[in-house]
This record gives sequence, C-alpha cells and structure tokens, in this order.
Amino acid sequence: MAEKMKLSLNVNGQARTLDVWPMARLLDVIREDLHLTGTKEGCGEGECGACSVILDGKLVNSCLIPAVQAEGGELCTIEGVASEEQLHLVQESFLHCGGAQCGICTPGMVMAAVDLLHRCPQPDEAQIRDGLAGNLCRCTGYVKIVDSVADAAERALQVAKESRS
Amino acid sequence: MNPSLHIGHSRIRKEGRAKVTGAAQYTDDVCMSGMLYGATVRSRVARGILKGIEFGEGIPWDEFIIVTAKDVTGDLYVALIEQDQPFLALDRINHPEEPVVLLAHEDRYLLEKARAAVRLIIEPLPPLFDLEESLACREVIWGSDNSFKDILIEQGDVDSVWGAATHIVQGEYKTGAQEQLYIEPNGAIAVAKAEEGVTVWGSLQCPYYVHKALKHLFNLPDEKVRVIQMETGGGFGGKEDYPSLIAGHAALLSLKSGGRPVKIVYDREEDMVATTKRHPSRTRIRSAFDAEGQLLALDIDFALDGGAYLTLTPVVLSRGAIHAGGPYRCPNTRIRARAVATNTPPHGAFRGFGAPQSLFAIERHMNVAAAEMGMDPIALRKQNLLKMGDSTATGQIIKEAIDLPGLLDRALEKLDYTAKQESCRVHNASSSPIKRGVGFASFMHGCGFTGAGESYLASVAGVEGREDGKIHVLAAATEMGQGANTILSQVVAEVLKVPLEYVEVARPDTALVPDSGPTVASRTTMVVGKLVQEAAIGLRQILLQAGFLSEPYAGEAFSNAVKQYLAKNGHLKAYSQYSTPPQIVWDDQNYKGDAYTTFAWACYATEVAVDTRTFEVQVEDFVALQEVGRVLNPTLAEGQIEGGVAQGIGYGLSEQVVWNEGRMANGQMTNYIMATSMDLPRIRVYFEESPYPLGPGGAKGIGELPMDGSAPALLNAIQDALATVTPREIPLTPERLMELVESSNG
Ligand code: FES
Ligand code: FES
Repeated sequence: MAEKMKLSLNVNGQARTLDVWPMARLLDVIREDLHLTGTKEGCGEGECGACSVILDGKLVNSCLIPAVQAEGGELCTIEGVASEEQLHLVQESFLHCGGAQCGICTPGMVMAAVDLLHRCPQPDEAQIRDGLAGNLCRCTGYVKIVDSVADAAERALQVAKESRS
Repeated sequence: MNPSLHIGHSRIRKEGRAKVTGAAQYTDDVCMSGMLYGATVRSRVARGILKGIEFGEGIPWDEFIIVTAKDVTGDLYVALIEQDQPFLALDRINHPEEPVVLLAHEDRYLLEKARAAVRLIIEPLPPLFDLEESLACREVIWGSDNSFKDILIEQGDVDSVWGAATHIVQGEYKTGAQEQLYIEPNGAIAVAKAEEGVTVWGSLQCPYYVHKALKHLFNLPDEKVRVIQMETGGGFGGKEDYPSLIAGHAALLSLKSGGRPVKIVYDREEDMVATTKRHPSRTRIRSAFDAEGQLLALDIDFALDGGAYLTLTPVVLSRGAIHAGGPYRCPNTRIRARAVATNTPPHGAFRGFGAPQSLFAIERHMNVAAAEMGMDPIALRKQNLLKMGDSTATGQIIKEAIDLPGLLDRALEKLDYTAKQESCRVHNASSSPIKRGVGFASFMHGCGFTGAGESYLASVAGVEGREDGKIHVLAAATEMGQGANTILSQVVAEVLKVPLEYVEVARPDTALVPDSGPTVASRTTMVVGKLVQEAAIGLRQILLQAGFLSEPYAGEAFSNAVKQYLAKNGHLKAYSQYSTPPQIVWDDQNYKGDAYTTFAWACYATEVAVDTRTFEVQVEDFVALQEVGRVLNPTLAEGQIEGGVAQGIGYGLSEQVVWNEGRMANGQMTNYIMATSMDLPRIRVYFEESPYPLGPGGAKGIGELPMDGSAPALLNAIQDALATVTPREIPLTPERLMELVESSNG
C-alpha cells in the first residue's frame, strides 16, 4: 500500500500538519485525523451537502475533495464557526427559528448559510433557496431553514446599524 | 384558561445547541479504542438455496473476524411479531439483500476489498416480485399461501346496495415503495463479551425492540443486554425494526473478536437498497352513491406488498385497512385487506404506516367519483364527512365535536381556492404550455397504536429527582428530530411549574429508563407525554407529603425540595403506567370498535403548475390545515407538518424506487429524487386548536398526519390542471404523466 504523506493546512485558524493517505478524502481527514466530527457524511457522492466545509473561502463538499488538494489551504469547519461561548448569528437563528430538527444536515446547512450571507448579505427568499440547494434536509421541508437564514441576515443588518450609530 | 408557563410556547429545542455547533454525537462520530469495522456480505440473488461460501484469493483472511449463521448459538431469527427473518441466512435466500456473511477488520479499505472477494454459491429458485402474482399464489414463497395477514372489516350490508344506487363508481389506485432517506444512514456499535453480555450504541427509534432482539439472539437475561440510543439523524420509521439486525450483526462480530468494539455504519447505497421502505400498495374501490351524492356503500380491496419477511407488515396493514374508508360516513362498508410476500427486502415502517397508501386511494377516488357523477368534489365531500355521533368503518363512534366541513372550508379559504380555480380556468384556456390546477384532500390519522396495541404494551415512563435539584425524564422515547426531548420537558415543567431548564430528558438507555414503548405511531407526545405528566404529579406529591414542599411554590423552592429529599432518602423517582381509558373498546378478532383513542383531522389544499412540454409539476402553493388538539410547541409542530408535507410531495411526484429483480436499482441520492429547497414552495401550516381532554396539555399525536394528505391533494390538482387525464398511481413522475397524457391523446 502507498505511503502516508504530509499534509499542512490551516484548520479553523490553527496551522496543522498531518500524515494522511494519498487517496484520503478531505472528509475522512476532517473526521478521522482531525477528530472534527461536526462535519457529517450523508451520501459520500456530492449530493446531500452534509459534509459542507469552507475551503479557501469556497463552500465545498468535502466528500468529493481529495485531502491533498487542501495542501496549504485554509479550512473552516462547523467547529470553527462559533467561538467557545458565542454562537454565530446563523447558529442562533437556527436555534430560535427551528432550523434544526434531527440535526444531521445542520452543520452543512450552517456552513452553506454562512457562505451565502458572506457572498450575499441580504438575500431574498429565492436567493436563500438557491444558496441552500446543494444541501438536502429530510426533516424540515426547508421552511424553517429558509426562515433561519433570513433571520440571521436581518439581525446582521441590525448589528451593523447599531455599531454604526 | 390559565395562562400556561410552557405549553403552547415555542421553546427552543433542548438539544439544539449541540446540533447547531456540530457537537451532538451521532453513532458514526464515536470511535472506541481497538474498534473494528464491520461489513455485510449479501445474497444478490432474490431466491435460492445457499450451497456454499468461498473466500477469494489475495485477502489475508486470517486477519478477519468472520461470522456466518453457524456462529449463532441463540435464536437465529429476529424477535419481532413472527420470528421468520434470520439475522444471517442459513440455507434459504429469500431476497437479494439477505445478509449471509459478516466481516470485521480494523482497516476499512481492506474490509471493502474483502467483502467483494466473498463468493456465495446459490442455487436459484423461481422468485416472485409482483403483488398480484403473490396474491394469486403463482409461486408459494412464504407459509402456505404467501399471506402475512388478511383482515376483513364489515359494517352494514354492502351487497344489498348496488341495485338501488344511482351511481356506482369504481377505480384502482397504486402507490410505490418510498425510501425514508433520513440523512444519517443506519449504524450501530457493539461490544459483546461472553461473560458480561452485550452493549449496543446506535441510531435507532426503539431501544427496547433492539433489546428484545439481542436477548433472543444471544440467549441472555434482560440485565445482560444494554441498548443506548445515540443522537439520531432522522428515522421516519426506517429505524424502527432494521436496527435490530445491524445491532445483532455488530454484536456477533464483537463476540467472535473476543469483545472488541465493532462499528457497522451503512453507506448510503447499502442503506437505501438493503433496509426497509414503505410498502407498495394496490387498492380497488367500488362505491355507490344516491342521486344527491350520499355515500351508500364502499367495497374496498386493499393489498400490500410486504417483501420477504413478515416484520411489521400485519400492523401496517391494519392501520392502512382502518384508514381505507377515509373520513367519511358510510352505512355499508366492506374492507378486505391483505398483505403478501414477495422476494424483495422486507418493507417496513415509514411515517404514516399504511395510512398514506389507503388514504391516497380514497381521496383520489372521491375526486374521480365527483367527476363521473358531474358533482363538485367539495360538495361531494361535505355531504359525507364524518361528524360527531357518526361511526367509522370499524363502528367507532366519533365522540368529539368535530367540524370537518368547516376544516375543509377554512383550508380552501387559506389557499384562496375558488379565486385560484377561476384564474386557472382562464389561464388554461390560453395557449400557454403551462396548465394550472387546484386540488385538496380531507383525511385523518389515528393517534397512538392501533386497537389494543397500547393496552398490550402497558408502557411505563417516569421522572427522577437529581442531586442538582433537576428533574430527569425517564422514558425510552427517542429524539430523532421530531422534538421529543423538548415536548416531554415542557409537559413536565408545566405541571411542576418550574423553569424549563430544571427538566432534562435522560438519554434512552435500557439500563436506565423504563420501557415506554417504541417511538412510533404518533404516540410520543400523546401517550408517553401523558405518562411523564402523571409521573411528575406523583413526584410532586411525594415531596409535598414528605413536607419538603408546600404550595404555592416557586421553581427554586421545588429544586431545593428535591435536593433535601434526596439528602434524606437517597433517591426520588416516580413512574406511571398506561391504562386504557374506560370508554375505549376494541375487538381484535372482528376488527370492531375504537381503533384509536382519538384521530387528528386535516385538510390539505394545493395549487400546481404542469409544464406540458416537460411534464414537470411545480407545486406553487400548499396549505396544510389540521386539528391536532392543543399545540404544545408551535415551532416544533409546524416543523413536523412542513417536513411531513415535503415527504408527502416527494411520495406523490418524484420519489420512485426502481426495481430490478427484487432489488432497488436507484439506491443513490443522484437518482432517487427528493426535493431540494428549490423544488418546494413555502408550505403554509395552520392549526385549529381544540384541546383533547386525554392528552397532556390537550395534545393529540401529530407526527404522521402530514404524510397522508399531500399526494392525493397534488394528484387531484394535476387532474384539475389537465382535465383529460385521470392519474391513479404515485409517484406521478414526469415520465408517467407523459405516458398518461399521450395515451389520452392517442
Ligand atoms: S456526504 Fe458529501 S455531499 Fe453527501
Ligand atoms: S434536520 Fe434532519 S435532515 Fe435536516
């Protein structure tokens, strides 16, 4: 079998160097080598988005990405979204609006929402639905997820206003 | 009404924080030291005799733990209703996903190679895949006549009516299999040692089902088997009976390895192809109406394809049969319901449990009948909808003051049905290739177990005072997204008049919680909720009598009383056990009486747009209006309805299981199509609240109801849009719709 190889990357703000199998998926490295199990595997074929992470500023399905591709990259997983005691606005909105039910799609959804609001801070409903289209949820029918994202956007606007005044 | 502290408020999901941060621990997130991975080698042949097992070249087999049926020392068959499904096939193969060999190794990649290198020598026998062929016993593959269950429900005298009826309308309706498609696949971890017994952690709905199955498999006493539910990423019925097999498999491997932990987590395809799905059905309805549209007779023949083993099929059939007459008054009814075997993996529980199948048929049929009689489908239903004092097909007298015509009116009003119908007609008269239509369905769902189910089960739930002054709910009710943790906490906090933070739900662990029954049948809130409410009252009574508490009290005084009581007495627990309400009577032999303690009632209405070039159906608007007693937590309740409707839309339009020789051929999310956020409208949910006196806080069951009405409402709307076709089968995929339209044109 092939030798393990070195992989250096920045994970949630920390420089990490790991020994990984050359064929390992980024998802396996995240879950098994980094022990960051908040990123989930729902299908392993790029359909469900449960494995969504942000790599070099882009939302990706980590089950489709060879780990070696993350060399030198900047990776943000669900564990990097909230600080220790303070939830991210998006996470708060998911809590208050009922955006999480069984929770298995939630980390991926939160990553997709964070990415969407980064690209498009004040999305309308159609833009939200479009922005989350790569993430499947079997529990919610998406209504409360869409509401959560809209709520986060609105509260972000409030926060911005307050900090300006 | 007293303003309530928690009931009726949208309290935040108890385990929500762990879920939004990714901290919640699901089965696959757990890694134990020395852990092996397990894999299952399956038959791939639909029916045959197992002649041999060959282990191919190039695999270091001596490094593997290998288990076959011969390693089983206890009961080889899964203990459920009938013990006919083996954990591992011994000699007979009855479906193409039959587990035959189990393998474990610490290297997952090598394990996959090894799985592919096992060759099963199977002498094929003629298989049976078709429901009608099984009914006709073209081949006998189970028992003496393939029959898992045969039910007859009779009221009045159906055959006396046909001659005098003004209208007789007949129809045949079909529904396909449906995959639960929870986003977390099935999985379990087991540690099994000869002296100590078996412990299993898993993604599961019913800890005590698994407990029972393991006890029989290993011939162990109760206390040597322990089943612990991990955070569960959706179930919808799909984690009701199958987890017993996976847990058994992992435990067999662990035992043979000398007690190392063994994890089996299915990948998406194995989960979709090998585990249970919704039973496919066929319903024939013959109905008689008088000149005004009064229903005079219903003669219904309802049939389910059960797959290779009996599993839960009789119970699914029973619920389907009882719901087959819909929410209508009909003096003469005959419902013949049969479930038979085929050589496909066993079909099982899926939200709705037989009712979505039979309600699809009757709710389509009412529209077909209205069209044939030249009547308005609204008027036809209003004439026949049940009201207080009427009786259902099983002779159950409706004792609640229900107003189903009113429910129907309000749902239609919310959709703006009349105006929309008019604008659809105008639009459809244009040359646009898009055709629009509106439709609706009226229906009900029986809450809790069917018939005497709850009495047999005699569930127990409890509450426990803890050192920190908090109360723990002790129940085997599992949280799988539906909100059980939060609802049970709200019920307890409400009766104890304490803040919600004072109440926690203990993790379902058979070593610590009593058997409050399986988490199925829309029974958790209504049945288990009532038990924990009573237990909480009992616990307060203990504190009052012991003099540690006096009323009225504030939350803090309550938790101080708990602490003081514990300091003096060591433990503080109270339990409550289910007993059937006195006025509920059910005769299981003759299928007569009160099939359910109560029903949830609903009317769903929708508007669709059909593209006559692509035959894609877009759901433009969807109104879900229901009466489910009192709503305990509006956000959670809406979430249940929205999610259920989304699954119902998939059931009606896109979620097609493609069968090939008894095996699901499209076991991937790429080709089994569930809705994305782009495919669905904003589902609009409304509740009519009428507190149910026997439910905790006035609640009825809610979880399954939204699965029942979406598909028929959609097909009724599609018929309204296209007028020339009469669709009778779901899922109504674009391909099927195209065929229908083309055959009606040609
Ligand atoms: S697990 Fe990566 S998209 Fe489903
Ligand atoms: S909350 Fe369960 S899959 Fe989205």
